Amino acid sequence: MVDEKLNRLNRILKDYSDAPGPLVQVLHRAQEVYGYLPADVQLRIADRLEIPRSTVHGVVSFYSFFRTEPRGEHMISICTGTACHVKGAERIVDMIQEALGILPGETSEDGRFTLQDVRCIGACGLAPVMMIDEDVYGKLDRKKVEATLDLYRNA
Amino acid sequence: MPHRLDVLVCSGAACVSNHTADVRDALQSAIEAHGLSTEVRLVETGCMGPCELGPILLVYPEGALYIRVTPDDANEIVEEHFLKGRPVQRLLWEDPAARRIAEEKKQVAFFERQEKVVLSNCGTIDPEDLQEYIATGGYEALGLALTERQPEELIQIVLDSKLRGRGGAGFPTGLKWQLAARAEGDEKYIVCNGDEGDPGAFMDRALLEGDPHAVIEGMTIAAYAIGAAKGFIYVRAEYPLAIRRLEIAIDQARASGLLGEDILETGFAFDVEIRIGAGAFVCGEETALIASIEGQRGMPRTRPPYPSDRGVFGQPTLINNVETWGNIRHIVLRGADWFRSIGTESSPGTKVFALSGKITNTGIVEVPMGTTLRELIDEIGGGIPDGKALKAVQTGGPSGGCIPAQHIDTPIDYESLKELGAFMGSGGVIVLDEDDCMVGIAKYFLEFSCDESCGKCVPCRVGTRTMLSILERITDGRGTLGDLEQLQMLADTIRSTSLCGLGQAAPSPVLSTMKHFREEYEEHVQTATCSAKRCKALIRYEIDRAACKACDLCRKACPVEAIEGTPGEPPYTIHESVCIQCGRCFDVCPFDAVRIESGKKKQNEVEG
Repeated sequence: MVDEKLNRLNRILKDYSDAPGPLVQVLHRAQEVYGYLPADVQLRIADRLEIPRSTVHGVVSFYSFFRTEPRGEHMISICTGTACHVKGAERIVDMIQEALGILPGETSEDGRFTLQDVRCIGACGLAPVMMIDEDVYGKLDRKKVEATLDLYRNA
Repeated sequence: MPHRLDVLVCSGAACVSNHTADVRDALQSAIEAHGLSTEVRLVETGCMGPCELGPILLVYPEGALYIRVTPDDANEIVEEHFLKGRPVQRLLWEDPAARRIAEEKKQVAFFERQEKVVLSNCGTIDPEDLQEYIATGGYEALGLALTERQPEELIQIVLDSKLRGRGGAGFPTGLKWQLAARAEGDEKYIVCNGDEGDPGAFMDRALLEGDPHAVIEGMTIAAYAIGAAKGFIYVRAEYPLAIRRLEIAIDQARASGLLGEDILETGFAFDVEIRIGAGAFVCGEETALIASIEGQRGMPRTRPPYPSDRGVFGQPTLINNVETWGNIRHIVLRGADWFRSIGTESSPGTKVFALSGKITNTGIVEVPMGTTLRELIDEIGGGIPDGKALKAVQTGGPSGGCIPAQHIDTPIDYESLKELGAFMGSGGVIVLDEDDCMVGIAKYFLEFSCDESCGKCVPCRVGTRTMLSILERITDGRGTLGDLEQLQMLADTIRSTSLCGLGQAAPSPVLSTMKHFREEYEEHVQTATCSAKRCKALIRYEIDRAACKACDLCRKACPVEAIEGTPGEPPYTIHESVCIQCGRCFDVCPFDAVRIESGKKKQNEVEG
């Protein structure tokens, strides 16, 4: 299975071998394959694109979208955009932190959930909003947060 | 054979979040079940605007607008409306201003007061179908430009139109084009800045998702005007739907000879590529965006040289914002005079805004420049919900400022907003009501800028951090009057010495709130209170003795055992020294007996 991922990475690197300035786009694709960007993947990309390893790591660490740690089974993204902020996103963050015992950026011990706060996801009409994986849950209050988390806990 | 009814299903991002796809599927099956497949056509469109009310359906020819539709409503709509011709009254938008149910979209003030130019196709055509775009006059401007206009003429039209960059700063677009056209280089590039990073801004997303060809057409016209062969559309990774619809549009345009080697058989060659951002706000700054397109860390550099001289891969580059590109085809087709007839003398045309916060109709709207904030908020936006009073309007995101309620009659144009210490920005409008703390809002934006500072220059990296720690002190009730002076001094220094726009504008939310709401800062500092009751350290929770029914819910909910009482024997009490102000008791109380009071909680109450 690991080899399958490696094959996919090699294909991506081949696709981009002639493209100008491909690093950010290659990292996106690599993260799709691996779910995150572990050190050995970064090294392979650096070697194949003939870019210094430090440069690759510099780009990975610069952009918040790139992860260097594996993520949990479900990604909980709490929107902290302005509309959500004025409608109490801070308290939603507190509630979820308390419920899962993790801070934004952390993964729960059982590997079920990774928590992150994100900038505006553009669903301002539904504020305050969170996303679990690709699904959006809006107009959150304590009841709705607990009910939603239960959906995933019991799944 | 044309269909008897066209049913437009809003598939903008907010409606997608509201499960518009389930509604579409339910409608589709109901239509098939009633044998109407040949008579009724479902079209998925871009954002129609009133995001709060989604999922939304618009039924033509009559123009009936259905809101908050659920899959369970599908059968009724098909049977009553599509079969019997009787629109389902309970699902139509009841316009509070008109106090009537709007059977036609036009009757709703939300739409009536708007003037849709850039968004004319958003919510009315299927953005994944090139034919629909062409049917509404799409690519006509490109045809005209390539066959009947010289490059210089096109630049002149854009100059004459006085179109200004819709990304926020308002630089004359025609001038940018002229500079890029005159610059010398082996190759030239066209860039679309779709890195819409301001929290509370989702206009570009609406246009990219709702009418991607309009952006491509604008870029292609510019490519011909300045002599570029290659373009990049830089889109945030947070907008997967926009990326997908752009990919589809680019493929369609290539297949139809509207992009590629020999566009419209004129021999002109141009192609575009999507570059996906990776979550860095600073990449909205043009030199940082260029670095990001090149695959590097998105850090800004000093200007000059400007991108028009040295941009992507060191070559002359023309960068415009998504909405700016969306204006081009209309200007080319209808002329500079027409464009200048809309809006104001110094800021012609329309502007797209994203309304959010404490406003009834959240969503995307387009109005002529010069429209007042009052028209925008009260008439189109439907006012402030829950009978609350307007306190301020925040525009321009972390680079902008807060306009207090007394200036609500200000016309919206670049100059008027600047005079008030605010900023047009890309078009995010966040409405704040009496419950919002202005110091807290300033802190929120500064946290954002501080977090997103790329770290290259000291004033921004260190200065915003220092300002933030002062604001944290103030909202904790530990500030001094000297802190306010310090804030002012830091703000002035950061503004005048930062390298890029992000740093230079980062103090704006603090400066504008200090200017218009100084008394709130003084209140936090001098009396350690927050009259909006928003700053956590400056509020106390209390139980109203008369309202408490001793139901025990609050005691059970309290995570720190700060609440004492016996079921059935009111009142309960909160021990303030134990309370962590989490608000759980407030949330669970069914009798509204838990009150939030302004002022620091008492310390050592138990010990004393």
